[in-house]
Amino acid sequence: MLVDFFLQLKQAKVPVTIREYLSLLEALDQQVVWGSVEDFYYLARLCLVKDETHFDKFDRVFAQYFEGISDLGEEVKAQIPEEWLRKLTELVLSDAEKAEIEALGGFEKLMKTLKKRLAEQKKRHQGGGKWIGTGGRSPFGAYGYNPEGIRIGQDGSRHRRAVKVWDRREFKNLDGSVELGTRNIKVALRRLRHFAREGAPEVLDMPGTIRATANNAGYLDLQLVPKLHNKIKVLLFFDVGGSMDEHIKVCEELFSAARVEFKYLEFFYFHNFVYESVWRDNQRYRAERINLWDLINTYGPDYKLIFVGDAAMSPYEISMVGGSVEHYNDEAGYVWHQRLLDTYKDAIWLNPTPQGWWNFTQSVGMVQQLMEKRMFPLTLEGLESGIRMLSKVTG
Amino acid sequence: MKFTGTDTYVATDDLNLAVNAAITLGRPLLIKGEPGTGKTLLAEEVARSLGMPLYQWHIKSTTKANQGLYEYDAVSRLRDSQLGDERVHEIGNYIVKGKLWEAFDSEQRAVLLIDEIDKADIEFPNDLLQELDRMEFYVYETRQLVKAKHRPVIIITSNNEKELPDAFLRRCFFHYIRFPEAETMAQIVEVHYPGIKQSLLKSALETFFGMREVPGLKKKPSTSELLDWLKLLVAEEIPPEALHSKQPGKSIPPLHGALLKNEQDVGLFERLVGMSRRGR
Repeated sequence: MLVDFFLQLKQAKVPVTIREYLSLLEALDQQVVWGSVEDFYYLARLCLVKDETHFDKFDRVFAQYFEGISDLGEEVKAQIPEEWLRKLTELVLSDAEKAEIEALGGFEKLMKTLKKRLAEQKKRHQGGGKWIGTGGRSPFGAYGYNPEGIRIGQDGSRHRRAVKVWDRREFKNLDGSVELGTRNIKVALRRLRHFAREGAPEVLDMPGTIRATANNAGYLDLQLVPKLHNKIKVLLFFDVGGSMDEHIKVCEELFSAARVEFKYLEFFYFHNFVYESVWRDNQRYRAERINLWDLINTYGPDYKLIFVGDAAMSPYEISMVGGSVEHYNDEAGYVWHQRLLDTYKDAIWLNPTPQGWWNFTQSVGMVQQLMEKRMFPLTLEGLESGIRMLSKVTG
Repeated sequence: MKFTGTDTYVATDDLNLAVNAAITLGRPLLIKGEPGTGKTLLAEEVARSLGMPLYQWHIKSTTKANQGLYEYDAVSRLRDSQLGDERVHEIGNYIVKGKLWEAFDSEQRAVLLIDEIDKADIEFPNDLLQELDRMEFYVYETRQLVKAKHRPVIIITSNNEKELPDAFLRRCFFHYIRFPEAETMAQIVEVHYPGIKQSLLKSALETFFGMREVPGLKKKPSTSELLDWLKLLVAEEIPPEALHSKQPGKSIPPLHGALLKNEQDVGLFERLVGMSRRGR
């Protein structure tokens, strides 16, 4: 029973497990719902889906799987468009238009075509001349300009019917990589923690106190320990200017989250790629530069290194002496980059451009190679896998 | 025993079904949703409408799973031992019951609210797996097994600040409270302010939903903010025309501070209004 449905969900990458499947069966057995497709839909979602980002995938599988089933009970599904149409024709169409519909073969035929189109149509649609959707010239849909046009989905009636509920796919925009808010970033960064007790003892050490008191023949002997601190140290390198301008918002968010999350955080700016110096203040970047050798000698190898940049540049900027767009560099960029990587074993590169585009820029591939595949997209997911990578190396 | 919303809480059909499934099968129900859509309130209303006692466990970033079960107050015992108090010989005197224990102990079926579970440490939900699954736990100090007399109805809320572990999710039912549509919203308002002038309500809702459409707001106004705002509108006797005469998004509605809780949002909104005025 429903095994196929379960397997299809799994195939669609909705994370379902046997345990959840069994609890759905248990709920059905206890007759939590009875006889209504819509209730069943809600129950199945309640039991099987544990995150709203998967609602959309679930809806699609559900619609697909139960399409066949509701065909058996023709009236369940077929009535819905009919209701819409019947009701709406009364509201929307003038007598002349109704006559035109008659000319097209009458209401029944229109209905039949609509049903057929609904079945053929696999996804939401906008524009165009055949499919049902909005803004097109098909006779079915909304805001169209076919004289026989039938409005669908524009009226105020709320058919809380099953088909409609999952066909609306309201959770569509929650799927995938949602925009990064600083809170989310902080949560992601929080995975990079390594607690240690350092500094002045100021917290009561309960087990220690009990042990000491017991040793002290029962007379209270208070023991104190230093507070727990996150002792992770981070070097953050931001690419600024040029093609990075469009990513300023997400970089700002990452920066502000990182500043709150890490006590030991040092940040530097570079343009396109790292060379012999970086800077901390973008206003005075020509005057106040920090020599990369000084930087490497100042911050020990226990720092974690995070680059943030789109890695989009001319390949020469990485590979050639004198390739920099801003000045004449005596040593090629990759040499300096390698020096950093040699010092800081734990390093990742976060790239704000979508991962799908990386292949179109040669320099991204080069950086990816230099980083030994440790480049991650600057989305929540990417950040999480990047941070996981950083903390894994720590062990 | 079926939950169908109350006179002060409008629950949609899918929410009712979720609550009833959780009651019938005795599984915890995890509730997520935008802030201000009545997640916490749900537990109170379920308890009230079904006549069950309610135990609330509010989670903070420092909360440990043990604190919900019980705590052993070693310091009191230590102090008592030095003062020669008789109670010191019985360790049970120093076991302080947590909310979970209280709910398990309840003579009738109870509702237990675990509020904002995502505030706690990432490992927190994992420490409660056995307790929520079997509804029992072991007290090591007294060598006693605490078992729920009646499986409590457990309602857990989350604001999505942290991802919850899969093992934990598998043991829960999950419901996402969608933001109510205009129609449901009107019902909710009716429940809170019966007899509010229809004209005022209509224009207020228009303004409210218009404001939610404004792109780039850090915190969109939600149900609880709308209710506060309406309260102010009624108290100040603002006429519906003050809201109605202008289109939403093209003027600053009165008392908008109740809807926008963030000075950047207010700034953004005022700028947008200014722009659209100039555009006209």
